[in-house]
Amino acid sequence: MTMKKKGWKDITEGNIIDKPATALEYKTGTWKAFRPIWIKENCIQCKFCWLYCPDMAIKMKGDKMTGFDYEYCKGCGICAKICPAKKKAIEMKKETEFEK
Amino acid sequence: MSIMANYHALTGNEAVAYAMKQIAPDVVAAYPITPQTSLMQKFSDFVADGDVDTEMILVESEHSAMSACVGAAASGVRTMTATAANGLALMWEIVYIAASSRLPIVMPVVNRALSAPINIHCDHSDAMGARDSGWIQLWSENAQEAYDNTIQAVKIAEDPDVRLPVMVNLDGFVISHGMENVDIYDDKKVKSFIGEYKPLVNLLDLKHPVTIGPLDLQDYYFEHKRQQAEGMMHAQKAIDKVGKEFGASFGREYDIVEGYKLEDADFVIIGLGSTMGTLRMVIDEARKSGMKAGFLKLRVFRPFPKEIVRKHLKGKKAVAVLDRSDSFNAVSGPLYSEITSALYGVADIPVVNYIYGLGGRDTSVSMLHRVVKDTYDISKSGKCDNILNYLGVR
Ligand code: SF4
Ligand code: SF4
Repeated sequence: MTMKKKGWKDITEGNIIDKPATALEYKTGTWKAFRPIWIKENCIQCKFCWLYCPDMAIKMKGDKMTGFDYEYCKGCGICAKICPAKKKAIEMKKETEFEK
Repeated sequence: MSIMANYHALTGNEAVAYAMKQIAPDVVAAYPITPQTSLMQKFSDFVADGDVDTEMILVESEHSAMSACVGAAASGVRTMTATAANGLALMWEIVYIAASSRLPIVMPVVNRALSAPINIHCDHSDAMGARDSGWIQLWSENAQEAYDNTIQAVKIAEDPDVRLPVMVNLDGFVISHGMENVDIYDDKKVKSFIGEYKPLVNLLDLKHPVTIGPLDLQDYYFEHKRQQAEGMMHAQKAIDKVGKEFGASFGREYDIVEGYKLEDADFVIIGLGSTMGTLRMVIDEARKSGMKAGFLKLRVFRPFPKEIVRKHLKGKKAVAVLDRSDSFNAVSGPLYSEITSALYGVADIPVVNYIYGLGGRDTSVSMLHRVVKDTYDISKSGKCDNILNYLGVR
């Protein structure tokens, strides 16, 4: 998140976002206090996590869920909550565990 | 160019409704409130009779009226509403959003006292309360000015350097319900004067998707506010330009302020709205009895024309400011505070304040004579013992 911030003369009037998909430029990964961990062997590839993720942090290859994009994942835990796999396929871990 | 007058006997509200018919906004969203009611009633007559093809949205409150206007303006169409007093108060939240989103909405405000106690008559506490909302404020002395200001407001609001909403103020009942001769211009000429609206954004343009009103936190909110201030700074130039163009098209040129016997005046009365009409006569009489009085009428309160005020007041011996609203526990009334701020460090003139006409209290000729006489005395003695005065209160 080292985007250089623009001055008032260089931004659109009235905070209008004049093109689509600008959320791509806004990386929200640093927000998270919990990090989802994918347990691949338990995953049933239902794609519920992809459907429910409020950001675009579920990585897909074709129609296969392949993990998380931590640059965008805010750590909300919705994916872990919604995951219907019998054996947990997403585990939320404290971000501090990864700081070492 | 010869310009033929085409006078009609109209109330201020009818004149403004007529201006709206000629402007033919794409969308009008409104809710009735005294003394604005007869304005929108007249306009909705025009819509019902097919005289104008405006999409008229009848909403359940003023909060909804301004919300609908914001939505319409964001979709890139010419948008208007009108309100008064408590209606404006109920709009409050969205009034700010309209300005901050840079949506050029035009709104006549038929000035009326705010409750409580409940009162339907004129004072300026409604618009003065909204003075920091980011709207441009034009003020009218009579029905003709209300009509003319409404037409000009469209052009000012839509100026590419401005893009801010405009309030057109007219005194409740005094102007809105009083009948006067109003010179109504040719429909086609009004249409060509305001020109075609070229919106900056269009929420419904699927080929160029935009987002309006997103979250704006610590990192950019401040920059957008600075930008908004810039729009307001450009507004004075636009108002000036449009006033001159209006003169060229219709024979009535408008300035940011109007002086009456101002140039050689020793002392000056400052105010806005319909009372300035009465004051013309009072000043004429004062002149006959040897008092060199003049007035400075502000047609524009936002953006506040500080340089112009300074220029006109420099060298004067005393100033009286008429405020038709109180600003409880401030230095004095809102106009007084602006005038004295503008003079600060530039001219050391005694300035006295009169709060007058609250809740529609009639401001009589004799009351204004008193203001003129007292200000004359101050100009002679150079002393002003009592800054805050309540004119005509028992
Ligand atoms: S924690 Fe929230 S943001 Fe991150 S992947 Fe799961 S649902 Fe998406
Ligand atoms: S919700 Fe759970 S099981 Fe379904 S794809 Fe996502 S991780 Fe796999």
